[in-house]
Amino acid sequence: MLQDKDRIFQNLYNDGDSGINGAIKRNDWSNTKDLISKGRDWIIDEVKLSELRGRGGAGFPTGLKWSFAPKEVGSRPHYLVINADESEPGTCKDRDILRFEPHKLIEGCLLASYAVNAHTCYIYIRGEYYFEGQRLQKAIDEAYKKNLIGKNASNSGWDLDIYIHYGAGAYICGEETALLESLEGKKGQPRLKPPFPALVGLYGCPTIINNVETIAVIPTILRRGGKWFSSLGKAKNTGTKIFCISGNVNKPCNVEEEMGVPLKILIEKHAGGVVGGWDNLKAVIPGGSSMPLLPKEICDTITMDFDSLVKEKSGLGTAGIVVINKDQDIIKCMARIARFYKHESCGQCTPCREGSGWMWRMLERMAKGEASKDEVNMLMDVTKQIEGHTICAFGEGSSWPVQGLIRHFKKEIEERNNFNPLVKKDRNIPYLVDQHLLDK
Amino acid sequence: MSIKKVSKEQPDNFEFNEENLKIANDIIKNYPVDKQQSAVMSFLYLAQRQNNNWIPLVAMKYIAKLLNMPYIKVYEVATFYSMYNLSPVGKYFVQVCTTTPCMIRGAYKLVEACKEKISKSQNTLSKDGKCSWVEVECLGACVNAPMMQINEDYFEDLDKEKTSKIFDKMLNDEDIEPGSYRGRVNSEPENNRKTLMDLKNASR
Repeated sequence: MLQDKDRIFQNLYNDGDSGINGAIKRNDWSNTKDLISKGRDWIIDEVKLSELRGRGGAGFPTGLKWSFAPKEVGSRPHYLVINADESEPGTCKDRDILRFEPHKLIEGCLLASYAVNAHTCYIYIRGEYYFEGQRLQKAIDEAYKKNLIGKNASNSGWDLDIYIHYGAGAYICGEETALLESLEGKKGQPRLKPPFPALVGLYGCPTIINNVETIAVIPTILRRGGKWFSSLGKAKNTGTKIFCISGNVNKPCNVEEEMGVPLKILIEKHAGGVVGGWDNLKAVIPGGSSMPLLPKEICDTITMDFDSLVKEKSGLGTAGIVVINKDQDIIKCMARIARFYKHESCGQCTPCREGSGWMWRMLERMAKGEASKDEVNMLMDVTKQIEGHTICAFGEGSSWPVQGLIRHFKKEIEERNNFNPLVKKDRNIPYLVDQHLLDK
Repeated sequence: MSIKKVSKEQPDNFEFNEENLKIANDIIKNYPVDKQQSAVMSFLYLAQRQNNNWIPLVAMKYIAKLLNMPYIKVYEVATFYSMYNLSPVGKYFVQVCTTTPCMIRGAYKLVEACKEKISKSQNTLSKDGKCSWVEVECLGACVNAPMMQINEDYFEDLDKEKTSKIFDKMLNDEDIEPGSYRGRVNSEPENNRKTLMDLKNASR
């Protein structure tokens, strides 16, 4: 288990004071100037050495992302954008950082802005987090007052302005290019990549976009060294991570642990165990709703890091762990997730806009036992038509959970759905048969 | 993408009051020159707060003029994002999260409480016109499930009985306290903390 001294977010539960005085007591802002004076290349190299991978879901190496920003500022200014549009079901880690460790984020913004040559930083917070935003604004005001940011921030010679931009309840704005559209005052519909935001981003300028947690760990990494961070966790999956454990557990909670911690330890030790005991476990969604679920057999031994989970055809995602026990109807649970994606699809690409609704309606019928056996394969086919055929990763995000369900619980769906449609001819073209018109 | 109903009854005019106009002018300064369109989301939100929790069409026209952008662009934004209400929702707007993590901890019991205390179906004003409720997607407080949002406040760790009590108080215009309703501190494991104990003990 991770030792307390190696936990980055000491104020995760707000035992201390989230304001500037508490932050300084926790060693934030202590030698920001020295860190900056070591230069851009040192910062980026140290982050590369730490092998920090983005905490927003995709797990892209942060140091590498920063090195994509043009080395010299041309005619267009650079921007740093922080993604705090935390909306993935099962995830609520950024909320606690915004509420209780805002200065870690602000200091991280300064260091990252310097590393990527940005003088302006926007923090995009989901609209529902109104009070979290107010708390962060208060911290920003404190930092301005103490000249930690602003003109000649922390006496480093670097100017930085930080602004908060509130979203308005669109999950899709967590996708980086949709977030940029939204920041520009348009509807949040993702852009085609390339060009990547590092070259053509906000207002057409080079833009680096990072998750809140990624940026908030930067000051500690630079202070304690990239080597320290990479000594925690596993190879290629280094450091610590905030895990959110929700669902059918006795003590749902957020907890910071080492990467590669066994899932069973997280659930049994920190979250007080599964309701009804470990044997009552049905499945776990390991990384926010878009990651395919894992059945109990895998949960017994799986460790929580990017690569181990990919091996099991799932992913770490945002590390929002949703525990589902045997008292729940697993098909209904997934149908509700499908409804989430149907509601949140931005409507730009046809496969996702139409397909997410199809998946939801089919799963609802499957939960009620009104579908035919063949439809399980048809549903799988629909997910394959969405996956990889959309502009952004939302297509994968909406079809993976359904694929996970079919992969591990196909038998259960088939047992429940014995309905045989009357129209048996032309079965080979299922898309031409309107299911609603079939007589039961 | 949610389907939105634009109210049939619309006021004839809308303007920011003095306080909001000042806030609006400050917000524009957050963005580069000529990029004032970025402020449209904040302006819509301001308008919504000023106009009793919903945005009339005249407000969109007003904002379009203020930001020097076509009205349809403002309309597009207002209809795209789910937090903008385009018809009256009452003084108290209740949003119950029913996405899977909340659902498996009993969010539909909260929905029952809404049906009993506020109105039979969602998006419908209560009899006195003070309140309405709606099922929403994940509000990002999953470890505190089930939960709901009333206007800007989060109410966490609820059950049906506690929710009903909150509604009773709310409908009587009494103050209601946001936060956890099981007395737990933020998102720590209730009576089961294994980490950062030194800090916890020091804070007592």
